[in-house]
Amino acid sequence: MSATYTPRDWSSQPPLVFPAYKSTIGRGPTRPLVPLAQSLSELTGPVYGHESVDELDHDLTRNAARNGEPLGERIVVTGRILDEDGRVQPNTLIEIWQANAAGRYVHRSDQHDAPLDPNFLGAGRCVTDDAGRYRFYSVKPGAYPWKNHHNAWRPNHIHFSLFGPSFATRLITQMYFPGDPLLDLDPIYQGAPAGARERMIARFSIDATEPEFALGYVFDIVLRGRGATPMET
Amino acid sequence: MRLKQTPSQTVGPFFAYGLTPEQYGYPFRSLVGSKLADDDTPGERIRIIGRVLDGDGAPVPDAMIEIWQADGEGRYAHPADPRGSNVRFAGFGRCGTGTDPDNRFVFDTIKPGKVGDGQAPHVNVIVFMRGMLSHVFTRIYFADEAAANARDPVLASVEEARRRTLIAVRESGPAGIVYRLDLRMQGPDETVFFDV
Repeated sequence: MSATYTPRDWSSQPPLVFPAYKSTIGRGPTRPLVPLAQSLSELTGPVYGHESVDELDHDLTRNAARNGEPLGERIVVTGRILDEDGRVQPNTLIEIWQANAAGRYVHRSDQHDAPLDPNFLGAGRCVTDDAGRYRFYSVKPGAYPWKNHHNAWRPNHIHFSLFGPSFATRLITQMYFPGDPLLDLDPIYQGAPAGARERMIARFSIDATEPEFALGYVFDIVLRGRGATPMET
Repeated sequence: MRLKQTPSQTVGPFFAYGLTPEQYGYPFRSLVGSKLADDDTPGERIRIIGRVLDGDGAPVPDAMIEIWQADGEGRYAHPADPRGSNVRFAGFGRCGTGTDPDNRFVFDTIKPGKVGDGQAPHVNVIVFMRGMLSHVFTRIYFADEAAANARDPVLASVEEARRRTLIAVRESGPAGIVYRLDLRMQGPDETVFFDV
């Protein structure tokens, strides 16, 4: 018998409809979520081991290079995946994607008039080590405009997708950079409750910074923990 | 030590080259796609087709659907399943709604068996999209499992009038067995989403 996962903490998680982020109005469900007692269906989930990622998948400065290096400020982003009980989460897949240094996504539907970088895709992934640690190399993503409201700009951010140990612990979030003046104006960031949203801001770290190479940022991520309630069988 | 959960954020409109690159034609290997089974996979081959409809009833062209399911004998490929994993069927699929002309998600898989805990056969679903800051969970049940569905504890926890939003219709044709279910984000027939 396995312990179930603690619920999503709605004092930490954004609501499904947050009117300042306009497209939530027509897309977020409006009926209350129906409580579901966790079964084997929720206590299991996809498993990806270290063999599932390629050698350069974690290095966005090299994994799409054609004839040179991507432009921009080189960064290393590292941290640990933990659960609410402070247990490290080894062997969990992390997938990331981001804009290039000019604030342009490779995605075909991104129409922002900023240059693409022939040596940068902006996608990467890795699997956490035994200490729950991950490490990505990249360039700092640029801010970019979007159409939510007049003169709307997204803060610099990197998208993070994580699984954790089960389907219940699945999380997609965004990592932000410290001191970004756009954070106060961004309805996506502001959609997370005050007191919780700050957990999405990475910390600059001189210790994680690699001399003569890349500025270091530390971003720890906390997934749902294990509850005391055993699974109903 | 009690830590606090990291908040969720939207998957945004530009996830495809990172999460579903091969489906969208980006030069990056996909870890997972919408084809979960091939001709050698034991079980009944099925195709699951649906759309994600917004509050206006319009198909959402930039949603990402993930499914997680048991194999044909009801076993999950995960260490928490005490019956052991069936490594030949991973049970996980991912599909964006941006490549099909009708913005459908299409999964080629096998029909999951009964897990053995009283639940009817079902597929576990997560819905992500631009315009949702937190993902939502739902399930797909099968219309031809009426007896099992009638005993399913999760369906029983849903008010009767809304249960049909979770039950896919079975069609049998030249292309094989197809189950169809649209996910309605809002409106009078809003799909049941679960607080998992």
